Amino acid sequence: MFKELRPAVISFVVLSLLTGIAYPLLVTGISQATLSDKAHGSLIINDGKTVGSSLIGQSFSDPKYFWGRPSATGPVPNNAAASSGSNLGPTNPALIDAVKSRVQALREADPGNTTPVPVDLVTASASGLDPHISPAAAEYQLARVARVRNLDATYVRMLVAEHTEARQFGILGEPRVNVLELNLALDATH
Amino acid sequence: MINGIIQIALYLGVLLAMAKPMGVYMQRIYEGQLPAFVRWLQPAENFFYRLCGVDSKQEMRWTRYAMAALWFSLLGVLVVYALQRLQGMLPLNPQGFGAVTPDSSFNTALSFVTNTNWQGYVGETTMSYLTQMSGLAVQNFFSAATGMAVVIALIRGFARHTTETIGNFWVDMTRSTLYILLPIATVLALVLVSQGVVQNFSAYEKATLTESVSYEQPKLDADGNAVKDAAGNVVTEKVVVNEQTIAMGPVASQEAIKQLGTNGGGFFNANSAHPYENPTPFANFLSMLAIFIIPAGLCYTFGAMVGDTRQGWAILASMTILFVGFLAVAFYAEQQGNPAFTTLGVDQTASAAQSGGNMEGKETRFGIANSALFATITTAASCGAVNSMHDSFTPLGGMVPLAQIQLGEVVFGGVGSGLYGMLVYAVIAVFLAGLMIGRTPEYLGKKIEAFDIKMASLVILIPPLVILGGTALAVMLGVGKSSIYNPGAHGFSEVLYAFSSATGNNGSAFAGISANTPFYNTALGFAVWAGRFWLMIPVLALAGSLAAKKRIPASVGSMATHTPLFVWLLVGTVLLVGALTFVPALALGPVIEHLNMVNAH
Repeated sequence: MFKELRPAVISFVVLSLLTGIAYPLLVTGISQATLSDKAHGSLIINDGKTVGSSLIGQSFSDPKYFWGRPSATGPVPNNAAASSGSNLGPTNPALIDAVKSRVQALREADPGNTTPVPVDLVTASASGLDPHISPAAAEYQLARVARVRNLDATYVRMLVAEHTEARQFGILGEPRVNVLELNLALDATH
Repeated sequence: MINGIIQIALYLGVLLAMAKPMGVYMQRIYEGQLPAFVRWLQPAENFFYRLCGVDSKQEMRWTRYAMAALWFSLLGVLVVYALQRLQGMLPLNPQGFGAVTPDSSFNTALSFVTNTNWQGYVGETTMSYLTQMSGLAVQNFFSAATGMAVVIALIRGFARHTTETIGNFWVDMTRSTLYILLPIATVLALVLVSQGVVQNFSAYEKATLTESVSYEQPKLDADGNAVKDAAGNVVTEKVVVNEQTIAMGPVASQEAIKQLGTNGGGFFNANSAHPYENPTPFANFLSMLAIFIIPAGLCYTFGAMVGDTRQGWAILASMTILFVGFLAVAFYAEQQGNPAFTTLGVDQTASAAQSGGNMEGKETRFGIANSALFATITTAASCGAVNSMHDSFTPLGGMVPLAQIQLGEVVFGGVGSGLYGMLVYAVIAVFLAGLMIGRTPEYLGKKIEAFDIKMASLVILIPPLVILGGTALAVMLGVGKSSIYNPGAHGFSEVLYAFSSATGNNGSAFAGISANTPFYNTALGFAVWAGRFWLMIPVLALAGSLAAKKRIPASVGSMATHTPLFVWLLVGTVLLVGALTFVPALALGPVIEHLNMVNAH
């Protein structure tokens, strides 16, 4: 019964060093040397100041910005130190109430707009950090942002297009708009 | 919808095309005929055996093989537990996390050693980098390698005859790690970094927010107690936040083995939904491929090692049929969306500009197709990584992951454990066929006798006992019910999912449930252990029994086990056993919820 104990202990130690120390260090070394920006979180640095990451969403509620996916992280939305979804079930009244109040907030910010609201704009993302919205969700908000900022809608649409990613290799995933990058570009316009 | 189907077809096409090369490679590794590009590692392998005092030529009986696997796993439990309890005093802890609670450490240690990766904790607020990479990620390698070793032992049981031994655990485990898991994980990790998965040891970054956010928190007096007004209500104060703290870590290296070893334990709480774990659709595609590549390849390895590759293809065909069926239900249900939203003026229709459907708990870059596909893959395998929140799926969409786990994760399944589960079902299938025509059942020239059926029955019966018994216990106890998050039938589904996931060594969750409590940490800790070793030991006993048997030449009376007839018999056996066991429980959860949802409008 104890015959296998010695190989167990020694192989555990040696293979732990290999897979638990050498392997992650090797991957870190190579990626820091060749892809240091990505290995470090694809941070966006403006004038020497870190203003976010192109992969991590931020919260926007001012009508002059495009709003991102609702976030269920606590205590603040888009808390990138504690990712989380809402975990609300499909028949939970709390989910229906949350969607209702998000629809209402969007309508209040843009009274004239009566088109149906794209679903991704009123449902919480899985990570609470989704950096993207669908092109439909951007189009829904476009007139509002242009009006509040006194910008030509055509110009805003061009900015949106610039920050829209197509399906990867033309086939994988979904088309999407990077909200933080788009809003930073809008702010840079003035 | 059309694009979604194209993406799914592309995925299945690439996967099935890789099954044979992967299977051939693994066969050569386990039979000791190393391909040239890894042969240079052989001296290191041999030196390692000398260091361990292992004679690689000496084979083991099944009892000794099981003992070796158990010792190796037991050490893992002790080390992972100790690392969590002591992490406050250890290096690579830039956020200064203290010791994890004893019950959570116990649960996590068992969970990672058994290839489950159920996570009651929030990774980025709990675990130091050292605990993650040298405790949890190491078990991602070891538990996968152990599962692969056991299935190879079972395959040898079929392939050999009149012998006492089924291989050497240390050799099988070491080769799995050294030649299969480690090289693929290294390459995958680097590709993931190129997509944006982080890999560093820095403290968490701070970013200045473009628009500040605020929240209300209870006001505290000088003693730290909540201040109350005259009416006794808690007084709150507004906190304005101008900074975003962004969690970092050695993620890519862990992510690669998490998927490849069908472990599924996320570095971050949001798992593969987190943009730093799964930033792009291509990263997502590779992750999904990594989950299934070894289970699919092992089917071919099985056929090749028993000397008839058609046997492997038959098993793979059964798995693929079941998989496509489940996927279709999940994809359709999620794309239909939530009827309650439509009345609120929400647009859920799919178009070129949005994926539509039920987007609660899903990421924009994955949409409906890749969320449904990932959820079906991760629960067909015993992976348990998630790129969307299963708790927020529609009732029928959420029933797919639940039901697949309950079938024993034999649709591709975990690395090793999926195929050995499916081979046990194959034994049951030939037994049923034998009963129908009144002949002694045979599989691959081995007579299936009373002892073999007893072992196979244990493998089939133990999981339902633990799942249904555990769920029943939890919903009868106050400590079980108080952790439920969603009301109504969905709350029952949360508990059922938790025990199914733990026993099936899956690790995904209807994550609304607050499982980080002493009750759930203990009960689910027991369930992961039973679900792993109470099955692995009967499987090894079956391997030993089969290896000792004579091989009977096929006759006109033998049932062919490579034909479409057998493929469908196997599919039917899996579905029948699962349905007989779990339909009542599923009726109380997802089915009722679906009827409620549809009838409310």
